[in-house]
Amino acid sequence: MSGPLLDVRHLSTHYVSARGTRVTRAVDDVSLVLDVGGTLGIVGESGSGKTTLALTLLRLLPPAARIVSGEIFFEGADLMKKSDGEIRRIRGKRIAMILQDPMMSLNPLFTVGDQVAEPIRVHEGASRGSAWNRATELLKSVRIAAPETRVREYPHQLSGGMRQRIVGAIAISCEPRILIADEPTTSLDLTIQAQYLKLLRDLQRDHNLALIFITHNLGIVAKMCDQVAVMYAGRLVEAGPVRQIYNAPAHPYTQALLESIPRVGDNRKRLTAIDGQPPDPAAPPPGCAFHPRCPKVMDRCRSEAPPEFRVADAQTSRCWLSDPTTR
Amino acid sequence: MKKYIVKRLGLALISLLLLSITIFLLMRITGDPAVLLAEPGASAADLDAIRQQFGLDRPLWTQYVSFLTHLLRGDFGQSFYYRTDVFELYLSRLPASLLLASAAMAFSLLVGIPTGIIAAVRVNQWWDSGGKIFALLGLSMPSFWVGLLMILFFSVYLGWLPSSGSGTVFHLVMPAISLGWLFAAVHMRLTRSSMLDVLGSEYVKLARLKGLPEALVISKHAFKNALIPVLTLAGINLVIMVNVAVVVETVFAWPGVGRLLYEGIAFRDFPVVQATVLLGGVMIVVVNLLVDILYAVIDPRIRYEG
Repeated sequence: MSGPLLDVRHLSTHYVSARGTRVTRAVDDVSLVLDVGGTLGIVGESGSGKTTLALTLLRLLPPAARIVSGEIFFEGADLMKKSDGEIRRIRGKRIAMILQDPMMSLNPLFTVGDQVAEPIRVHEGASRGSAWNRATELLKSVRIAAPETRVREYPHQLSGGMRQRIVGAIAISCEPRILIADEPTTSLDLTIQAQYLKLLRDLQRDHNLALIFITHNLGIVAKMCDQVAVMYAGRLVEAGPVRQIYNAPAHPYTQALLESIPRVGDNRKRLTAIDGQPPDPAAPPPGCAFHPRCPKVMDRCRSEAPPEFRVADAQTSRCWLSDPTTR
Repeated sequence: MKKYIVKRLGLALISLLLLSITIFLLMRITGDPAVLLAEPGASAADLDAIRQQFGLDRPLWTQYVSFLTHLLRGDFGQSFYYRTDVFELYLSRLPASLLLASAAMAFSLLVGIPTGIIAAVRVNQWWDSGGKIFALLGLSMPSFWVGLLMILFFSVYLGWLPSSGSGTVFHLVMPAISLGWLFAAVHMRLTRSSMLDVLGSEYVKLARLKGLPEALVISKHAFKNALIPVLTLAGINLVIMVNVAVVVETVFAWPGVGRLLYEGIAFRDFPVVQATVLLGGVMIVVVNLLVDILYAVIDPRIRYEG
């Protein structure tokens, strides 16, 4: 197959309040591309629309959300044109997702084996016995000790790290092409975090998975990803190869984010923080949404939202400073 | 776990003791049973004789202590009116009450759980609004009034069902519905809110992310979790039904313990009322413990806590 695995074009998802009076542009005109086996990090503060973007890709949104426009080409076909039944057969089988809170992601009333075997039975029509055997193998592949015992246990009998790996096992159970991981490590402590990230990378390599990694941690992106997309107030403000963007960030928001990472051996006494608060997504400021917090703000930023400029090969930025006609 | 059960039992005994004092005193406020037991126009001496026969001439606290010591020996006393052992009287009425409560419970669950689930799945849509109206009617229409309306409609106008008595399934239908009506509304509301909680949970989200059909998400992942609080309440409600059926049993002349309590109050039959109320209290205490055990059966988190 030629072309990228996933090609998202001008995707917008809005939340509409019950009376239709308040519209929140959670995802606003987002375009991105993911190659087979590639790793894309989506970075942004809480409320910047990262999770909504991920759920939009699977068309699994809360009732108040509407996908207003855009196309989602997955393996060449537009997911927006699929029926509910077709999209359901893609969920969990072709595109899998790991949720933010792994501790709460498992149903307390069913055994681990039942929950890991479930997608195999539903998507592949496997018998109870063969799905159960597959579940045991999957537990082994996510490095759970004594999988034959664990498979019969209930979630509350397992540690947080183990539960997280089981959620991982569920995600890869049907050999998906894309795995979306939504802040999968925030609830784990640091050593377990590192182990889990390594596991995800190994799974990616072994199964030739494309990985979308949603996080607010730029350090994790540097370790895990080859592409990065920075979100602010529902928009992608900067996107491109990780190394390129970390070396030469074009957007002031990305620059500020990178500056706020604490580094070992740093002599500054205080951490650098970005001034101000992220905007209310229901009432973003006019012009560029970042302008009230931007250290390089210009008059034009207050009235006119910048379009996407190509800064370098494969690097884009939504900032007037990146406008080639004024640079 | 054992220590917990012992502590719970201790607390239960204290509340039963308080209940016995309350019902003992309240009954004695209602008036003098001797007046109702004697022939009309009986002399003051006759009344005194009756009071003496039942020990009602003794000071209150002696009467209470005697009641309590007999109680500890399992003796609830003799009915003033029926002149038989109160506990035997109670036991003879209990099967009818249990039958009525079970039928009413079955009705309330068969109506309440499905409508609650539909209301939660179709939240804020037509079904949900319909359910809200039903719940409001259920909670605001008293059971005796529902009973009387049904008698008017099904017995008087249509002649389909007997208006009172017991013996056949047909006799059971109207009392069960009028007693279960309120509980159907209660069970529907709880099912709805519990289901809504569960539908918003992470594991339901994950079930959808797995690509499971929505019917399976609801019937497997959501339903069983949502049922836990409903079953708890239903267990308690079954016992409450036995004990609040007084009005319904009276309207339909159903020979249960509710009717016995009503008769006991009407005839100032102190031992009957004391026994009925106390035994009701014991039942509620026991059912609370049973529900805790049932909980552990459904939910492995409790089962394995040891």
